[in-house]
Amino acid sequence: MSSFMKASIGRKFFMSLTGLFLIVFLFVHLTLNLFLTFDDSGVLFNEAAHFMATNPIIKIMEPVLALGFVIHIIWSGWITLENMKARPKGYQAGDNLLKWYAPAKNMFILGGMVLIFLIIHLFNFYVKMRFTGDPLLNQPGPGLEDGVHNSYALVANLFIHYPVYDIIYIIGGILVGLHISHGFWSAFQTIGLNNSNWMKRLKFLAHLVAFIIGAGFAYIPLYFLIKF
Amino acid sequence: MADKILKKIYVKVWRQNNPSDKGRFETYEVENISQGSSFLEMIDILNDQLIREGKDPIAFDHDCREGICGMCSMYINGHAHGPDSEITTCQLHMRKFEDGETITVEPWRAGAFPVIKDLIVDRVAFDKIQQAGGYVSVNTGGVPDGNTIPIAQVDAEEAMDAAACIGCGACVATCKNSSAMLFVAAKVSQFAKLPQGKVEAKRRAKAMVAKMDELGFGGCTNTGACELACPKNISISHIARLNREYLKAKFSD
Ligand code: HEM
Ligand code: FES
Repeated sequence: MSSFMKASIGRKFFMSLTGLFLIVFLFVHLTLNLFLTFDDSGVLFNEAAHFMATNPIIKIMEPVLALGFVIHIIWSGWITLENMKARPKGYQAGDNLLKWYAPAKNMFILGGMVLIFLIIHLFNFYVKMRFTGDPLLNQPGPGLEDGVHNSYALVANLFIHYPVYDIIYIIGGILVGLHISHGFWSAFQTIGLNNSNWMKRLKFLAHLVAFIIGAGFAYIPLYFLIKF
Repeated sequence: MADKILKKIYVKVWRQNNPSDKGRFETYEVENISQGSSFLEMIDILNDQLIREGKDPIAFDHDCREGICGMCSMYINGHAHGPDSEITTCQLHMRKFEDGETITVEPWRAGAFPVIKDLIVDRVAFDKIQQAGGYVSVNTGGVPDGNTIPIAQVDAEEAMDAAACIGCGACVATCKNSSAMLFVAAKVSQFAKLPQGKVEAKRRAKAMVAKMDELGFGGCTNTGACELACPKNISISHIARLNREYLKAKFSD
């Protein structure tokens, strides 16, 4: 097994599995977050957030998700370093077959920027909800039972009063979309689930999935920016 | 119609005396080149000029000059085998260039392909990968007639497409990771699709990938640059097959 972990294809195998897992997570996350835009009173989102915070399955999945991120990020650094070492001297004329901005060529940079966004994002909400608390979380709201956080107030306050964060979150959505526009089909290619017929279909699906996730996440801050 | 003549071009080429030399670019002027001549003929004319001037001619690999041996290997203006598609350097013509242009010529760049001299790189790493498993073992006894083994036409075609690989190394030269995955995928694929190759499929995939990793090629990040550079148009769908073959072999261990 250790030879598999070190082999080039073995390493990529872990990247693809964790990457696909993260995409599934993003779909769940996006679905819940869209409740923010369905009900301006916040009742719907607060119920959803409460369900997520108390549901045992979600509780189990939280450390699994963290592990998925950690493996994906550590492996990405390891793979990228090894790949850079394979070409000690580059070309003077550059390499011109793919455009410099092609997501496929920039997975580490895109991933790195997603990571920076992720850290900001965790500090904005997760840290406050789980650890430090925030006065906004205790703000009374419609339909809130005792002891249930007003998560809606925390999110809405950020998006309504700090347009910089709206911009940051919109960029975050676009970055993760670009990462997935290559990552989705690449992951299937890595686990060997591709052939010349499926190549076109998977690439199409990758763009569709990337668009849904990218545009979906960007839509939420945009909604608050425009409406309030 | 006579071919146009390029009155003057500038050839900026990598010169390196030996593997340990640091190397440098030199720019040479070449005059009156017919656009009908091939790129290698232009280099021949330049070398003739260098020899007359008492200088060391540019060392470069070539053999068949008809696109089948895979020896020629030049990275021209940022493209393996130059700015044309589905051809090798020896099939590149000067009509792809303009009068007065500076053409940059570099050797394949990869840790696993060290420069021997000027534009010649050592591609023995490919032979080593082949020797690790890119064959069908033949035991003693009579050779059965090939036609007694039925093979579906689509499989024969797919295997043939993979077998078109001439091992030039343009995939490695082009890949940002200097990965040899397209080469190894082609060599594994050409057997994986055929009954004769299936017998040793597991050992082959594992041994060839292990050798590729050991020799310092990078990993595949599925950028697809290799298939664009490949003079034989070998598809990265073969890489998916290699991944499949390798994972199947590893998981059945
Ligand atoms: C929610 C966030 C993320 C998702 C959904 C995601 C998804 C994916 C997927 C599906 C792949 C394709 C795997 C393959 O080619 O087999 C991938 C590749 C990659 N990811 Fe991520 N990723 C995320 C975050 C990150 C982060 C934070 C980083 C790094 C700091 C990162 C770095 C990379 C790199 C470098 C690759 C390319 C690896 C290679 O091709 O060898 N990703 N990602
Ligand atoms: S010299 Fe044989 S392929 Fe170019």
